[in-house]
Amino acid sequence: MVMAFAHWVHVDYLYFASYTILQFIVLATAWNILGGYCGYVNFGSAAFFAMGAYSSVFMHKFYPLPIPLLIVIGAAVSGIAGLGMGYLTLRLRGSFFAIATLALAVVLQTLVVNWDFVGGSRGAYIIRPETLEFAGYEINYIEYLFFLMLSLAVLALITARTIERAQLGFGFATIRDDEMAAEASGVPTLRVKLIATTISGAFMGMAGAPFPYYIGYLQPSSAFGLEYAVNSIAMPMIGGTTSWIGPLVGAILLGSAQQYATVTISSAVNLLIVGLMLVGFVIIAPNGIVGLVQERLRAWRRP
Amino acid sequence: MTANALLHIDNISKRFGGFVALDGIELQVMPGERLGLIGPNGSGKSTLVNCICGTLQNETGSVRFDGHKLDGLAAHQRTHRGVARSFQLPRPFHSMNLLDNLRVPLLYTVHARMGPLRSTGDLDARCLELLEMVGLAAKAKQMPRDLTQVEMRKLELARAVAAEPKLLIADEAMAGLSHSEIDDILKLLMRLNERGITVIMIEHIMSAVMSFSQRLAVLVSGKKVADGLPQDVVRDPEVVRAYLGQ
Amino acid sequence: MDISWDLLLNAIAAGLLLGAFYAAVTAGVSISFGMLDIVNIAHPAFVILGSYIAYFFNINFGVDPILISILAMPVFFLLGSAVYQVYYLSFEKRGQESLRGLAFFFGLLFVTEVTLILVFGVDYRYVEAAYIGPSIHIGIVDLPLRMLVPCLAALALFTGLQLFVTRTFIGRAIMAVSQDQLALQLMAVDPIRIKRIAFGLSIATAAVAGALLIIIQPIEPSVGREYIGRVFAICVLGGLGSMPGTLIAAMLLGVVESLTATFYGPSWAPAVSFGFLLLTLAFRPAGLFGR
Repeated sequence: MVMAFAHWVHVDYLYFASYTILQFIVLATAWNILGGYCGYVNFGSAAFFAMGAYSSVFMHKFYPLPIPLLIVIGAAVSGIAGLGMGYLTLRLRGSFFAIATLALAVVLQTLVVNWDFVGGSRGAYIIRPETLEFAGYEINYIEYLFFLMLSLAVLALITARTIERAQLGFGFATIRDDEMAAEASGVPTLRVKLIATTISGAFMGMAGAPFPYYIGYLQPSSAFGLEYAVNSIAMPMIGGTTSWIGPLVGAILLGSAQQYATVTISSAVNLLIVGLMLVGFVIIAPNGIVGLVQERLRAWRRP
Repeated sequence: MTANALLHIDNISKRFGGFVALDGIELQVMPGERLGLIGPNGSGKSTLVNCICGTLQNETGSVRFDGHKLDGLAAHQRTHRGVARSFQLPRPFHSMNLLDNLRVPLLYTVHARMGPLRSTGDLDARCLELLEMVGLAAKAKQMPRDLTQVEMRKLELARAVAAEPKLLIADEAMAGLSHSEIDDILKLLMRLNERGITVIMIEHIMSAVMSFSQRLAVLVSGKKVADGLPQDVVRDPEVVRAYLGQ
Repeated sequence: MDISWDLLLNAIAAGLLLGAFYAAVTAGVSISFGMLDIVNIAHPAFVILGSYIAYFFNINFGVDPILISILAMPVFFLLGSAVYQVYYLSFEKRGQESLRGLAFFFGLLFVTEVTLILVFGVDYRYVEAAYIGPSIHIGIVDLPLRMLVPCLAALALFTGLQLFVTRTFIGRAIMAVSQDQLALQLMAVDPIRIKRIAFGLSIATAAVAGALLIIIQPIEPSVGREYIGRVFAICVLGGLGSMPGTLIAAMLLGVVESLTATFYGPSWAPAVSFGFLLLTLAFRPAGLFGR
């Protein structure tokens, strides 16, 4: 009996921890589609994530829907927000977009704090069932959430990898390299950038949509948590920004390290380490871990 | 002469704050022509190029190309219509190898014009063909940072030509090159012109401009002061004054 | 409509005082972003660092916070010069300022904030000085010295900066860095050295702004984040790099925020700056006074 309980706790914890890491894979990949491929920095990942989470809270109170549909709604809300932010700022100098996303998080948090329907500053409880009936089987709810997030992570990675090899990937890279030369080569830069902000925002919203069900009680401070903004930048930067593998490596490495570290050391120290690693990597290894490995391989092949 | 001009610039002006960069420029370029455009530094040559290519928008007047108005179109739309340029300081896509640099205009301009006809194999073949034309085929897989100055200029021209333009504007493609390198680029531009591409050459190196151009236009302080046969234009007193008398 | 004149006038007065303080926080960004085109989003973190230095010496040695901040300016100047040197060598020189340079400042912002949390905790901290508490009254308008003193200090700082950039050789070279690289070469000065000095100066202003902040309100390490949107909104609204424009934009934002807080509740105030920023970007990207 005790053994069975220990086993149950263990497996459940594993699902909980893996969910968080998968969520970071989605966020880091989404950030990288705009940041790594096009070279535009989004500081407001937390805001896009929270928009997904709060659209689920809103729907939960207004008209409950199954989570896959909530993911679609979250994607739409955050994707449109990304499009709007891009449209307003991307016609101007590059840095305006970054600044606007930074301010977006503060303002959306202000709106949510003042919006009683979704719980305001007190937060909102989402009561989730213990189990779920699926094709005649009864499955554990946390397993269900885990598999949803796993599918999202796979979807995000496939999207990123497909873009890299398609016409769009070339378009993104020209924007990162030289926008004026891109226009002269016939790349519609504004449209390509807006596609990037929309896809990137939409995936962040998707990552956020199941979050209220995962956490059970959603507060503005947890949905807009700084760790989302920081990790979704740090993970691709540390992993490597030029290919889909980079964010994946970064998210698995930093994500599992943090899961381990929050148990052993305080979360502040934990975040401090992420911040220091971010600063260190951008200075010393601009192409991240993937870049370091590639350099090694090249040196090894050409002695 | 004006009715069938490929490029028809009608009274365009551009100012930056109080500074008048272009003041009522009129210029026509015929299909297949080789036009030289000269003028002292700051005379508005680059601004004119930017207004033709859509990097800047002219405030008055209009630019007609191939029978259509270009005014208000973005730079990439003008590239789609058949206007291509090389930049004064080469601006390669530095994260891509040479082959991929040429792939961009093929993917975005030639496709936009004719629909995605080409397979990946065809694309590669076309990129290689272009690199061969400029003598860079051996470096197809290298990165732009591995190129010399003259090779960089050739890449710049190859990328412009990859868009299959009707008009090519070569903006100081020879500045800083040696004599033999200048000859190289000149031959390349001649070959392109023989294939039917109209060329506007903007250049400071007078020997190159004189041997290349069929017609010469001169800009001074944002105004066109001369336009005609090269040998006549260089004897024009106003041009001489602009170049020597300052 | 029944508007309480008493409330309205007091809100405007408080807004003007607050605006002058915002101008002090923005002064540094006006130099780094407006003149050098360096998007130093870590600036508010340096401001908070300034607040904690004022707090530390005030509580332990009883020194006046403004005096501490003036003494701290040279240290902040050196810190800023060092940060610029790293930024220049790692990003600007390699042409990577737009992606990695921004991530670098974001990292700095974050590391500073978390370090302050680890050292001082998340409790609100405040300073003690004779002028915190009393108010002077002009008619129905109530001017707390806690706001008035920072306002005057901010105006002094601002005037000093304006005189520096318009009247001194180095100041004019800083202006030239942003507008006219050629003129700079003619003046025979090294642009990197000028930028290092300018960035050092921009961080030095954060020492003062930090002390003023902790006089106005108790602070904890994450307070700085609220200022990111504000300072960049003011900077853009004022027209990048224009000192008088920055001051007017700061006053305007201060008044609008104060009115919002008075009539709609203080929890809405942070949204005002973002609204300002978006409206400016949409309609007047060159700023209120730009062409």
